[in-house]
Amino acid sequence: MNLLTSILNSMPGAVSQGLVWGTVAIGVYITYRILDIADLSVDGTIATGGAVCVMLIRGGMNAWIAVLIAMLAGAVAGLCTGLFHIKLGIPAILAGILTQLALYSVNLRILDSKSNQAISVDKYSLLVSSRYVRTIGLNNPLILLFVICVVLIILLYCFFGTELGSALRATGANPRMAQAQGINTNTNIIIGLALSNGLTAFAGAILSQFQGSADVNMGRGAIVIGLAAVTIGEVLFRKVFKNFGLKLFGVVIGAIIYYIVLQIVLALGLNTNDLKLLTALIVAVFLGIPHIKANMAARAHKD
Amino acid sequence: MLEVKNVTKIFKKGTINEKVALNGLSLHLDPGDYVTVIGGNGAGKSTLMNCISGTMMLDGGSVSLNGKDLSRLPEYKRAAMIGRVFQDPMMGTAATMQIEENLALANRRGKVHGLRWGITASERELFRSKLAELNLGLEDRMTTKAGLLSGGQRQAVTLLMATLKTPELLLLDEHTAALDPITAGKVLELTDKIVTKEKLTTLMITHNMKDAIAHGNRLIMMDSGRIVADIKGEEKKNLTVKDLLDLFSSTCEERNLTDKMMLSDAGD
Repeated sequence: MNLLTSILNSMPGAVSQGLVWGTVAIGVYITYRILDIADLSVDGTIATGGAVCVMLIRGGMNAWIAVLIAMLAGAVAGLCTGLFHIKLGIPAILAGILTQLALYSVNLRILDSKSNQAISVDKYSLLVSSRYVRTIGLNNPLILLFVICVVLIILLYCFFGTELGSALRATGANPRMAQAQGINTNTNIIIGLALSNGLTAFAGAILSQFQGSADVNMGRGAIVIGLAAVTIGEVLFRKVFKNFGLKLFGVVIGAIIYYIVLQIVLALGLNTNDLKLLTALIVAVFLGIPHIKANMAARAHKD
Repeated sequence: MLEVKNVTKIFKKGTINEKVALNGLSLHLDPGDYVTVIGGNGAGKSTLMNCISGTMMLDGGSVSLNGKDLSRLPEYKRAAMIGRVFQDPMMGTAATMQIEENLALANRRGKVHGLRWGITASERELFRSKLAELNLGLEDRMTTKAGLLSGGQRQAVTLLMATLKTPELLLLDEHTAALDPITAGKVLELTDKIVTKEKLTTLMITHNMKDAIAHGNRLIMMDSGRIVADIKGEEKKNLTVKDLLDLFSSTCEERNLTDKMMLSDAGD
């Protein structure tokens, strides 16, 4: 009974975490699924978003404007990854790792050489705070987080319906065809990376307010959590969500499910130190399923 | 009017595997010329197309189209003037995008991609009528993902995409080679229809001698990165597969037996 209560008690927190990380997952979806690139810079850009947002709010800036500037900072980081990849010919994964590493130093500078900077909801006017996650009222972060996710999905749905958005999709789906249709694939990859990292920095900015601090390590493993959300969302809703907007929605639900499962295994007594190991294994299994299935089908065919 | 002047392309330059793919090749196409290109493996047919389209950059010489020098333009900029269909049916369309979305991209070939809607209602009407002309029933499946189409259907859609905005040059790189003979025949028929109707300047590579003879107003034979025969007018009309094989044996002396066998095979 105690166990059930503690699990139920942790649900609002898990759902809000899921909604925040849902935005990260949408960013990952854009690079990993649409552009067909595994972009590792997101681990760094989440912390960049959080750091920029926290420092600006501490300096007295309005929280919304701080979030927007944080988003731009993330987009610039994505731009750097894009330039490493396209202009210097560095493989995309390595370009992302370089940006991620560089951002560690940059983030420390932004955070005024501290690994952690707090913003208390008592002192500053924040958009969301985990403190009110169980209160009933408009200050409950769940409401705003949900609205943010819905608005983002609608905006992205529209964007990917535009000429530029279609060109981006074509770039990821078939670069040779895209070029034959006069699409500058290089520019589009850079735009996609900037967009994706802008979204993750946005998520980082929201996350830092939610947890009341920005930490230089807050993005560690973000790409894997994002991938977990994308794969969970796809595996569970493949048959139901065919429309692009709904697919993004499925990815957000994937993130929420990830955090709910996490809370349950934590309540069951898992050591928090083992979390990343568990996440990595889960993602490895989900990413491996299509490959294993194909192998088994091939073997069955041979017999 | 296509003007290819003294074009050279060398692969793996400076290594022991160096291969001269195009060896000072020159070619002039008049407006409306429909030229079939034949030659053995490694003769440089595909390299020639890739150098014209910008997929590969030249090592020497120049390519110009209707007076505009293309030699230094990147592929995506040349695409504004050039329509292309590849050998691999998977290559010409984006599999995860709808038929109409693929066509909408083609309808914007060479334009800046802004934040206007990617497809409009009037375009859908245009695509519907164009697809109906293909006689494949695709006009009722416009929101189907291109990846769900058969190879022949995909090549037909790609051909439509390549010619939707009238190109100044149409490049067909063995676009029927991966199809079964009946489908290949249909796609070729469609090709003739579109090329004749729009009076497109066209370069079509084929492995099939009969096709090379039956289509177009001019035929060129390539070997070792050069044009070894250029047949047009009445001479082209009276050409037979045997003539071509004899020509092949006499001009392409370095070629080995397998190439000859392959060409005559394809001709049957």
